[in-house]
Amino acid sequence: MEHTHAATLHGHDAHDHDHAHHEHHQTFVQKYVFSQDHKVISRQFLITAVVMAVIAMMMSILFRLQLAWPGEKFAIFEILLGKKWGKDGILDPNAYLALVTIHGTIMVFFVLTGGLSGTFSNLLIPYQIGARDMASGFLNMLSYWFFFLSSVIMLSSLFIEDGPASGGWTVYPPLSALPEAIPGSKLGMTLWLTSMTLFVVSSLLGSLNYIVTVLNLRTKGMKMTRLPLTVWAFLITAILGVLSFPVLVSCVLLLIFDRSMGTSFYLSDIYIGGRPLEQVGGSPILFEHLFWFLGHPEVYIVILPAFGITSEIISTNARKPIFGYRAMVGSLIAIAFLSCIVWGHHMFMTGMNPFLGSVFVFTTLLIAIPSAVKAFNYLTTLWRGNIQYTPAMVFSIGLVSSFVTGGVTGIILADSTLDITIHDTYFVVGHFHIVMGVSAIFGMFAGVYHWFPKMFLRTMNKKLGYLHFWLTFIGAYGVFFPMHFLGLAGVPRRYYTNSNFPIFDNLVDMNVIITCSAILAAFAQMIFLINFFYSIFRGEKASQNPWRSNSLEWTTPMAHIHGNWPGALPEVHRWPYDYSKPGYEEDFVPQTVPLAPGEEDGGEH
Amino acid sequence: MSHAVEFDEKTAWHGGKSPFRISYGKMMMWFFLVSDALTFTGLLCSYGFIRHKYSSVWPVAENVFTHFPFIEAHIPLAYVGLMTFILIMSSVTMVLAVEAGHRNDRKGVTLWMFFTIIGGLMFVGSQAWEWYHFIEGTETGAMRQVWDVDKGAYVNQIIHGANMTYNEYGVPQFANFFFFITGFHGFHVFSGVVINIIIFINVLIGTYEKRGHYEMIEKVGLYWHFVDLVWVFVFTFFYLL
Repeated sequence: MEHTHAATLHGHDAHDHDHAHHEHHQTFVQKYVFSQDHKVISRQFLITAVVMAVIAMMMSILFRLQLAWPGEKFAIFEILLGKKWGKDGILDPNAYLALVTIHGTIMVFFVLTGGLSGTFSNLLIPYQIGARDMASGFLNMLSYWFFFLSSVIMLSSLFIEDGPASGGWTVYPPLSALPEAIPGSKLGMTLWLTSMTLFVVSSLLGSLNYIVTVLNLRTKGMKMTRLPLTVWAFLITAILGVLSFPVLVSCVLLLIFDRSMGTSFYLSDIYIGGRPLEQVGGSPILFEHLFWFLGHPEVYIVILPAFGITSEIISTNARKPIFGYRAMVGSLIAIAFLSCIVWGHHMFMTGMNPFLGSVFVFTTLLIAIPSAVKAFNYLTTLWRGNIQYTPAMVFSIGLVSSFVTGGVTGIILADSTLDITIHDTYFVVGHFHIVMGVSAIFGMFAGVYHWFPKMFLRTMNKKLGYLHFWLTFIGAYGVFFPMHFLGLAGVPRRYYTNSNFPIFDNLVDMNVIITCSAILAAFAQMIFLINFFYSIFRGEKASQNPWRSNSLEWTTPMAHIHGNWPGALPEVHRWPYDYSKPGYEEDFVPQTVPLAPGEEDGGEH
Repeated sequence: MSHAVEFDEKTAWHGGKSPFRISYGKMMMWFFLVSDALTFTGLLCSYGFIRHKYSSVWPVAENVFTHFPFIEAHIPLAYVGLMTFILIMSSVTMVLAVEAGHRNDRKGVTLWMFFTIIGGLMFVGSQAWEWYHFIEGTETGAMRQVWDVDKGAYVNQIIHGANMTYNEYGVPQFANFFFFITGFHGFHVFSGVVINIIIFINVLIGTYEKRGHYEMIEKVGLYWHFVDLVWVFVFTFFYLL
């Protein structure tokens, strides 16, 4: 009875699916370019994100060179940026601003949002819930190609005469609204806004697919409480995206109108060359409200998938059930909910009513509770586990470390009285890079090492993985830890150079240490890239379940077949964290194994 | 990447169950509408934010929108009331189309979809007319001060109607938000009409009859009701409050 019903509900999909199946002779373009298969789309997202990440990382090295040795000549500036931006090997101040802006934009949106969610939601949602593919393969394909188009537009803005957007990744007006303000607010800004609008379309199409697939296409027995935490994290991330990105659309559209149509939503009381601007009466604070209503949930859109990946990897490699499954799900939901009511903590310095400020302090501090639940649950899962130090596992543990480090400074910044003194200093830069940059990228690396066998049917080199981890870990702390001290000393962020302030002269050495660490970390990524691309083609062939894991993706054959499982979909009988369960010979019990008589499902044992 | 393992069609899609008893397409539409609703919420909150800033001098809609086509009389808000009525009626005809779809009644669907499209077109047309009058303004106009580059001082200028930069009836932000939000909504209605026409053609050529169900009508119906609901809010915030 149930089957008949399910068949009618999916009748349409089944039809499409069979149809696709009958076309045995898919062309190369259908199979690898305009593919509707979640596995191909996932790899497309990953490769695009890797390319974008390399570009953004190179940018960070360039502006770090300037910060450590302000005004020094480096031939590389002229080689990479050309005569206009790197004349005689000296970095142009406008180019510095452009580099910082595009570095932030690419890392936040293209690597850690598009790259992280796009890669792993696509790969793991159908695999881990036991579905043949995403609910709508076509929209899924569109999602990638909008992402691709948006990346191309963002990168193309690097090559135009006036340079790319340079008002910071938050593009605050009036700086970003008036082409007269800086070169980066001319065509580059228009391209930035266009690119971001397309990015939101991509994110929306992807998120709708992820949500609907998780809710609708689970295999038999896959109750919500039996979903791996990865899938929970992707689901909540997608919901958060659906709720917050549309507000960025309204924000960006109003800015486009201010720039091109003569409206004054965000503009007021501006004089250019002694001449008053005709656009009066708007409010730049309105932009900040709209922007941070997206902007704050955005940092959780970045970190939640990394949490999901880490939960799965830590449990698998500690050979222990995840500690507090329901608390983990609950804390994901709580973090997502709270992230929507804290945006004001980015705006303590805007002249906000102090009472309203304290409300935002309160809601922000509340986030520490679910975050601490996560950190402690990771630690208790590791506690007395039979820990397997795979590269994925060391990156996951690294995430726990950096998330705690960054979380502690978050509590300082959340307090408006403290924030007023360290606002817009390197303390903030250090904080958010550790808590969302380093943590999220560690989650992404962990995911790549762990699911590489599913993506490319081979494994990555372990030893290079460890080397990659340790160099990245030392490099990342070397970069971001000293930044807290710079910030406490009052060094402002976003400045091209601080050489005009004698008070900061004795801090130059610290900037040298930071830049050297950044170069070390960049070098570590080269090791990763070599390992990654070499392993795609020449890596050791992987076995079907190399990590001896429980979840469904490891029951698929080691081949990329359309529909994921030959024959029937697997049936699920238990939660995914039955590791080292007493009464079983192996230390893992896949989800497809039926419960023994009298055996209880789920929970710690 | 080999196709060594063959895929068994007979067992495809068996076992999955949809806990919500709803197809993926309809669910996706619901989540899309949630997302779109937040875009409008963002815009309407911005409107509230700016209006609060100018609460004492914000133009009163009853003094701005007084025209009615073909008659000279000044009847405040009558025309927009008619527009709203037309849009709501088009939602009613959409409900009837969905209902006819449930009965697989192709003729009924055709008829009611036709009326829905007409209603949508009438609304978009009326909105253009409303804009036209707002842009034209009154004969007397109003005075504003602009910066004269040659004199290096502010000079008086008579303005008629409203556009993106100035507004005869008061603060320019009133016109900015009016054009942007009603325009953004109008664009939604326009897209809805285009989608409805595509669906209408599909009904005519029998696509859904062949498919055996008219679920597509339900999906576009959801969108249409949403656009209608958004208008109720836009109407309330711009004209009534």
